[in-house]
Amino acid sequence: MEKKNGKPSEAGKVARERSIVFDLPRLLLKSPSGMVGFLILLTVIFVSIFAEVLMPCTPEEIDLFNMAQPPVWEEGGSMEHILGTDILGRDIFSRILIGSRVSLLVGVFSVMVAGFIGTVMGVLSGYFGGWIDSVIMRITDAFHAIPLTLLAMVILTIMRPGVLTLVFVIGVTTWPFYARMVRSEVLGLKNKEYVKAARTIGTSGPKIMLKHILPNVLPTFIVTSTLSVASSILIEASLSFLGLGIQPPRVSWGVMLSDGRNYLATNWWMATFPGIAISVTVLGIMLLGNWLRDVLDPKNQGLR
Amino acid sequence: MLKYMLRRILQMIPVLLIITVITFLFVNASGDPTSLLLPPEATAEDREIMREALGLNEPLHVQYGIFITNVLHGDFGRSFRYGVPALGVVLEKIPASIQLAGVSLLCSVLLAIPLGILSAHTKDSPLDLIVSGFSSLGRSMPSFWVGIMLILLFGVTWRVLPVSGRGTWQHLVLPCATLTINTATQIVPLVRSGMLEIMQQDYIRTARSKGISNAKVTFKHTFKNALVPVVTITALQIPNLVGGALITETVFAWPGLGQLVVQSIGAHDMSVVQACVVIISLITMASNLLADLVYCLIDPRIRY
Repeated sequence: MEKKNGKPSEAGKVARERSIVFDLPRLLLKSPSGMVGFLILLTVIFVSIFAEVLMPCTPEEIDLFNMAQPPVWEEGGSMEHILGTDILGRDIFSRILIGSRVSLLVGVFSVMVAGFIGTVMGVLSGYFGGWIDSVIMRITDAFHAIPLTLLAMVILTIMRPGVLTLVFVIGVTTWPFYARMVRSEVLGLKNKEYVKAARTIGTSGPKIMLKHILPNVLPTFIVTSTLSVASSILIEASLSFLGLGIQPPRVSWGVMLSDGRNYLATNWWMATFPGIAISVTVLGIMLLGNWLRDVLDPKNQGLR
Repeated sequence: MLKYMLRRILQMIPVLLIITVITFLFVNASGDPTSLLLPPEATAEDREIMREALGLNEPLHVQYGIFITNVLHGDFGRSFRYGVPALGVVLEKIPASIQLAGVSLLCSVLLAIPLGILSAHTKDSPLDLIVSGFSSLGRSMPSFWVGIMLILLFGVTWRVLPVSGRGTWQHLVLPCATLTINTATQIVPLVRSGMLEIMQQDYIRTARSKGISNAKVTFKHTFKNALVPVVTITALQIPNLVGGALITETVFAWPGLGQLVVQSIGAHDMSVVQACVVIISLITMASNLLADLVYCLIDPRIRY
């Protein structure tokens, strides 16, 4: 801490960033949209953990006597299958519950992979500058010029599809966003007095990056990664929809949509409900992310 | 200005090279093309002769050298699915894609800008909440699901619009609506926040205190200044739009690049995939360059 003594306002800023963590629950109660997002996310997490207990039927169980049963409120529906069954008689409600697991797993872990690669690249790029910076930035340019889904599709042609593969592919295709964000933060922080002071007293480069720069990148990082979980879930759904992601019989919302799409003319519920599940989950995460961004943004002091 | 453009175009070269390296490596790793080109009863010697003939026994960097030389001559190899040069197959599909993406972008901008301005001007009113709510919802829905739901409503239930193929303007309505919902909802919040930021500036207050009419302040003073971020955002949407079009085209069987790339990946027609990736990246980079030039026109402070 003594390194920061020369600049009390910076130290104060750090202290304020810390204290906001304890204020978050109180602030959340004041924001209806943030609260809605938080509750949706909490529900999805709860469902994905306890899916086995909550499911009324086995999601993979094929029941040819109850093929394409409509939801309970339509004629021919039954309480046994609230949201109806798919073309093989599998219970849609149970499949949606278990499908949340794939979405969350892929969403969260791919963001971790992307965040890790992106942060390392961004810090190197911003801190060292020079040719390292040029090379890394040109690589991110290249990634920005190829649509994410296209790149992910090309990579997926050489890998066996599955949860781990998706985590890897989405992580590898989205890291440049983090690299750019972290780099611009580092560029801003690198010339702050406390970093200069640390360098003057002979602190090593890696130590400056880890102890003085990274903690200050954290607020922006948290906001970006929350919002990225939402977009990763959408990418996973698209890839699984195209048949390049999760493979049946494993259940994912994208796979359900892709199955249901073929029976649109007769069985509308098969493609409708998984889409609602995706949309609500993504909406929840986005509302929470937007709220976090507003709260953590130093420009919005008044909100606190 | 001309110098800046030249520099930008020169900067595109290393980026394009990186893109060709990435696609080359993935396509190379995607498996032995001889198994696709030769009948399954071909002997090991046949395969060896084929490999030799295709130059597959050369070291990787030599193969890349041959590949890039050919690409520079406009030769991406032959599409084994169509039996004609891959580049021709790809170029043939471009007009359909540009039509869909262009019309959608135009609709999105025409829809999003008034809504964003309206939303900013009625900040925190019920109207603003409705607009913001719908735009959050629109961003949360996977575009292919939106497409499926539109097909369900307009094609299956009401039977008023064609749901697949290209031809009359009616064919354009649903895919365009799908992409517009997705893109416009990304632009609305950004126009809103851009307007809000500029509405707080001193010169706006000055203009108001001089007694300039509300409409004139909004359009002449605020909107003109908010246009710069709006153009940036719109340009940033282009890779997204192209990526979204990949899947939307598949859903609506729109004969564009998206459908081609998805089918080619499915059929392992890798020379077409390579050509698609390079062409799509070129289009993306060109549109980003175009956006930078538009800045010059709308903001006299920006001089390159």
